[in-house]
Amino acid sequence: MSNMTREETQSLIEEVLEVYPEKAKKIREAHLTVNDHTIEQSKKCIKSNRKSVPGAMTIRGCAYAGSKGVVWGPIKDMIHVSHGPVGCGQYSRAGRRNYYVGTTGINTYGTMNFTSDFQEKDIVFGGDKKLAKLLQEVETLFPLNKGTTIQSECPIGLIGDDIEAVAKAQNKETGKTIVPVRCEGFRGVSQSLGHHIANDAVRDWALDKRDNDDTFVTTDYDVAILGDYNIGGDAWASRILLEEMGLRVVAQWSGDGSISEMELTPKVKLNLLHCYRSMNYISRHMEEKYGIPWMEYNFFGPTKIEESLRKIAEFFDDSIKEGAERVIAKYKAEYQAVIDKYRPRLEGKKVMLYIGGLRPRHVIGAYEDLGMEVVGTGYEFGHNDDYDRTIKEVGDATLIYDDVTGYEFEEFVKKVKPDLIGSGVKEKYIFQKMGIPFRQMHSWDYSGPYHGYDGFAIFARDMDMTLNNPCWDNLTPPWHKDSKAEAIAAE
Amino acid sequence: MALRQAAIYGKGGIGKSTTTQNLVAAIAELGKKVMIVGCDPKADSTRLILHAKAQNTIMQMAADAGSVEDLELEDVLKIGYGDIACVESGGPEPGVGCAGRGVITAINFLEEEGAYTDDLDFVFYDVLGDVVCGGFAMPIRENKAQEIYIVCSGEMMAMYAANNIAKGIVKYANSGSVRLAGLICNSRETDREDELIMALADKLGTQMIHFVPRDNLVQRAEIRRMTVIEYDPTSKQAAEYRSLATKIINNEMFVIPTPITMDELEDLLMEFGIMDEEDESIVGQKAADLEAAAAATA
Repeated sequence: MSNMTREETQSLIEEVLEVYPEKAKKIREAHLTVNDHTIEQSKKCIKSNRKSVPGAMTIRGCAYAGSKGVVWGPIKDMIHVSHGPVGCGQYSRAGRRNYYVGTTGINTYGTMNFTSDFQEKDIVFGGDKKLAKLLQEVETLFPLNKGTTIQSECPIGLIGDDIEAVAKAQNKETGKTIVPVRCEGFRGVSQSLGHHIANDAVRDWALDKRDNDDTFVTTDYDVAILGDYNIGGDAWASRILLEEMGLRVVAQWSGDGSISEMELTPKVKLNLLHCYRSMNYISRHMEEKYGIPWMEYNFFGPTKIEESLRKIAEFFDDSIKEGAERVIAKYKAEYQAVIDKYRPRLEGKKVMLYIGGLRPRHVIGAYEDLGMEVVGTGYEFGHNDDYDRTIKEVGDATLIYDDVTGYEFEEFVKKVKPDLIGSGVKEKYIFQKMGIPFRQMHSWDYSGPYHGYDGFAIFARDMDMTLNNPCWDNLTPPWHKDSKAEAIAAE
Repeated sequence: MALRQAAIYGKGGIGKSTTTQNLVAAIAELGKKVMIVGCDPKADSTRLILHAKAQNTIMQMAADAGSVEDLELEDVLKIGYGDIACVESGGPEPGVGCAGRGVITAINFLEEEGAYTDDLDFVFYDVLGDVVCGGFAMPIRENKAQEIYIVCSGEMMAMYAANNIAKGIVKYANSGSVRLAGLICNSRETDREDELIMALADKLGTQMIHFVPRDNLVQRAEIRRMTVIEYDPTSKQAAEYRSLATKIINNEMFVIPTPITMDELEDLLMEFGIMDEEDESIVGQKAADLEAAAAATA
């Protein structure tokens, strides 16, 4: 950290912890740490994936959010039924910016809300019959759908509905893929378990559909993009680069993805994993069952893109290796121009991040390409394998916070005084009102894409227009400005 | 007289519903106004009073009508023998849905619709087998049943269940005003049954409020969907239920129970010869071990 020493950061953590009652303090202090490059494994310095402290504001979601919102939701040609009371489906409807191509209501359904709208009687008498009827109605009203997932809300797990039996019966009827997902919100400590459950549902109900079918003509250059949700078009900006280097992208999981892409994925030569947290499970499964290797890559910022393109090319022959170099060379002038334009405006600026399960480490390179420094970072729902990867990415003595509470985050910001904060919508307005430039790093603040070279140009522009926006100079009202000037003059 | 609300619990099949209806019929005969609330998806808590196979339940009618808000009280509240008001909460078939939620919904409905009228002297809740979840504890929450009667017999599992129910009552008794009011022994004609249940009641800190002898007259009345009180009012069995009714009307012994441990219960059963002394040395021994031991001694 540029302006704080290890001791200062450590004492900041202690100071922030001071207000907690003994028990909460003991729990929370294990989730806050100062990065230490001499430590190899994060478990020695930070705890993660534990239950949040009651009473402290957490930003986490639930297992249903992880399955319906993240993993399954973007599969565009399937209908995702929020099974249970109406709220979960309605308040998560179209909330995520996973772009897709298609005609909504005809062959894609991403922004629609399908729900079994549980009433008291469905709780008491069970919802299986209603679900079966709903699935039939879906078939009648939206005959071009390619399948259905049943996303369980909390009550389903309490009343013991047999959604698997309903799914099997409907599959027999239509032959379409019907996936029951046991992602009840009360399971686990965050949305992270929902990702895992959703991955397991892919494995058990969808992935092996074409195991004995060789009609798909494969090539030696087939890859799949896993863990890219196409926020603001991220997957598209990534796909361009892979295709230009000579690879064939068979599937996108799950941004702008389809069930047939999913079913073809076991035929690819390499799985490219962007969001490790939400899709490492299915990657490992495909490695075990189909022998498909997988690798993590990072398409944020030219340095990481370059590294990743070369790493990906390593798996293939010289034509792809040449392809990677060709792509890097092709975009060099373009991204250099971006850096030349924005770096002088952003050089030396400090950023604090608090995001989900990937970006707290993955976007660091992009900021560094612009001469900025990440002075604090943390995950909502990361596990220790995420922190293992993170401690190498950030500078020694950097502040790291897991499942940070509203209070802690505010206090950290007050002391660290970053020039920019990147986090979610729930944090945005608090920090903006504190006068600190803020970018939403889940949704890209209605902008994007940020992946790939195309995305980097937009990323750089967005950071600049937020950070260097003239509005920040107008936070001090005119009648205070004079005294401020005097104060400065007096110094 | 202020409204008294009582809940009847006990092991499944022990005769809760039969005992409750005969008891309520006897109380009604004594000129009291009573309501029975069946809290069991089987919905057999009112059939002897209404001479019906099964009463339409609140939850079934709510499901048919769309929601519970679509129901009127008179749709679900039926008047039977002795001016007894009868409602059944109802619920799902075994193995689906949530029967506990059904009980909660039904009782809330009765409250909101004003089923607890001022002229009532007693409300009896006939609750399914065990307190399996929060829903079946609904009748003993705040402002509901204050006194609980446990139906049991001299059989081991019935007493085991009674002790478990007492444990459940302790939880609610400590946070509210619900109290254990007594054990009703519904005889299965086991040896020294009355003494045994009195001993158990003593350990639980309560009383055996009445010993109801076994009489086939009860079954004969049941076949005719009647209580003994109505079927054969002059019978000895009817007099037994009247006696139980009088004792309950006059009951003043309401306690926080003192449930006993499994060991204490087993000791009690051994004392009465229902259970043999346990031979600790054989615990965990396989057939092969026994054979080996036998071979060694031979």
